[in-house]
Amino acid sequence: MLLQQQLDGKITEQKDTGTPLLQVRNLKKYFPITSPFGRLKGHVKAVESVNFDLYEKGTLGLVGESGCGKSTTGRSILRLIEPTEGSVNYRGKDLLQLNQREFKGFRKEMQMVFQDPHSSLNPKKRIGELIEEPMEIHKIGTKADRMERAMDLLKRTGIREDQYFRFPHEFSGGQRQRIGIARALAVDPAIIVLDEPVSALDVSIQSQVLNLLEEIQDEFKLAYLFISHDLSVVRHIADEIGVMYLGHMVEKAPTDDLFANPLHPYTKALLSAIPIPDRKQRRERIIIKGDVPSPIDPPSGCVFHTRCPFAMEQCKSIKPEMLQQSDGHQVACHLYN
Amino acid sequence: MEGYPLLEVKELRTRFSSEKGTITAVDGVTFKVDYGETLGVVGESGCGKSVTAESIMRLLNEKSTRYDGEINFKGVNLLSLPEKKMLDIRGNEISMIFQDAMTSLNPVFTIGDQIAESIIVHQNLGKKEAMEKAVEMLRLTGIPSPEKRVHEYPHEISGGMRQRVMIAMALSCQPSLLIADEPTTALDVTIQAQILEVINDLKEELNMGVIMITHDLGVVAEVCTRVAVMYLGQVIEESDVDALFASPRHPYTRGLLKSIPTITGDRSQKLHTIQGVVPALDNVPKGCRFAPRCPYATDKCMTEFPLLETLENGQKIRCWHHQEIMEREAASDVITAAT
Repeated sequence: MLLQQQLDGKITEQKDTGTPLLQVRNLKKYFPITSPFGRLKGHVKAVESVNFDLYEKGTLGLVGESGCGKSTTGRSILRLIEPTEGSVNYRGKDLLQLNQREFKGFRKEMQMVFQDPHSSLNPKKRIGELIEEPMEIHKIGTKADRMERAMDLLKRTGIREDQYFRFPHEFSGGQRQRIGIARALAVDPAIIVLDEPVSALDVSIQSQVLNLLEEIQDEFKLAYLFISHDLSVVRHIADEIGVMYLGHMVEKAPTDDLFANPLHPYTKALLSAIPIPDRKQRRERIIIKGDVPSPIDPPSGCVFHTRCPFAMEQCKSIKPEMLQQSDGHQVACHLYN
Repeated sequence: MEGYPLLEVKELRTRFSSEKGTITAVDGVTFKVDYGETLGVVGESGCGKSVTAESIMRLLNEKSTRYDGEINFKGVNLLSLPEKKMLDIRGNEISMIFQDAMTSLNPVFTIGDQIAESIIVHQNLGKKEAMEKAVEMLRLTGIPSPEKRVHEYPHEISGGMRQRVMIAMALSCQPSLLIADEPTTALDVTIQAQILEVINDLKEELNMGVIMITHDLGVVAEVCTRVAVMYLGQVIEESDVDALFASPRHPYTRGLLKSIPTITGDRSQKLHTIQGVVPALDNVPKGCRFAPRCPYATDKCMTEFPLLETLENGQKIRCWHHQEIMEREAASDVITAAT
């Protein structure tokens, strides 16, 4: 019964056309490249006009290869790096318009879990302190309250309470990632940005952490932005997936729809490149040639045209718009105009 | 040297002396690789897969390492060879490519110089001829305009290109055995697909044996003919790749296969997990090494050490109860199918 409710919840989430928790519009991030004397030489166009919404208890997966701008997107909405342009509306308030002092109040609504559990925890602090630290910064509760909550969170994420006084180096990678998750939960956020949270973990540990993430999402009513290069992992956890290439979002669709009916040639190539651990499912590979072009000087028109097997004349000059194909399935490609 | 298998590892044991005492990283590993065959060696971090590879190449510091067992390469035991003889074999008859191509290439030499180096050392060719061969090798791995690329430095090219350079370097002397240690782990999927294709094509062309070390069972399914699954320094299951995916026998292999999310599996199901973590190498369990994490473990598993047993179909397995587990699972499958 409970399982059924959870399942129903998972499916209806993205169809829920209620107000999104977070609306990202036209997000852009250019990193300036300067000469040693400070002269501006150009820009790395890391993120170019990205749009998406996050819903309560929903998960949006961002996938793409290295350098596609998925991490920059995640960091930009938390203002860990300041975006160049665009708007990030959280419950109707544009976070990018706030000054640092006003924004501090919103920081606790959005937390982040990083890829590398070895470098994202301060090695000199005990794990209990690490989890209490965000609550201290946001002046939540008394010292005793904070300690109690830290203990609760440790237990919830699968770390024994008596390990409260241990240091990060005493834990394995999977346990450290659990501590990172407990720390993100400490301030009771509404949104967690997960940047490759299981990529550094072995498969047997990876599944434990993914299951934990799914459990706490329901329990704490969280919205996830799940960034990963691993499509199988994203497929498992996300309700909706955005595929990024060279700073652009080229396709966005509900998870099942994307895997059943990928439209963009890049998405198709990406899906066909995933090695499947099953010998019975052999399939035709679409191997795309060459490497990703430099984001400093991206190709004109459609950014994928230099590697696209279906490139047409107009792809070289006209940038395709992101257009709705079917319910919730959007693609930016001239083949579908 | 005809008549001998390409590589036969017998009861290999690699021990390191450290502050904490002796650590056995590889504990009685046995396998065989033939010409034109790709053997996958899979396992999680710390299972000894890389140390096995480094032992075959004898890359480990021999002051603090002790090898036991045999590594017979074309009938010659590499462990008994003097270092001088190993120099003729390393990079010439057995080559290796590593995970991180950036740190494996020398940043201050051009790509061409680095590929030519091993050609000059092993094949007594002049600099000019070696350079021509380097260009040829780069072309073989699918690098566009190789005559320009040979003059570039490693930082000037992308990760996928660097891995191609590594492959060109490894294959420049036409080795009969290639050891690839996580060759695509640092690469994106589309580039990974390209590299796996290159390795596979060149294997066919040169009739090499390949040892593919990886943690990714997807990669194994794509390129390997046989697989050895390792856990805590031991091979716990070895079989033909089709058999492994169709009917994995060892509880660890079964658990591993079930815990990977796939692009075709059922999304609404929770992922299977293997409880606990891999124990440290200085604290290995007494009986079966997987017993503390195994859902089927009995008292016997905790105390008695299982041997690698060969089944009728050639599958090898190190488990006391694999027969019962198979029967039990088959029975429960019938029940679930009926309901």
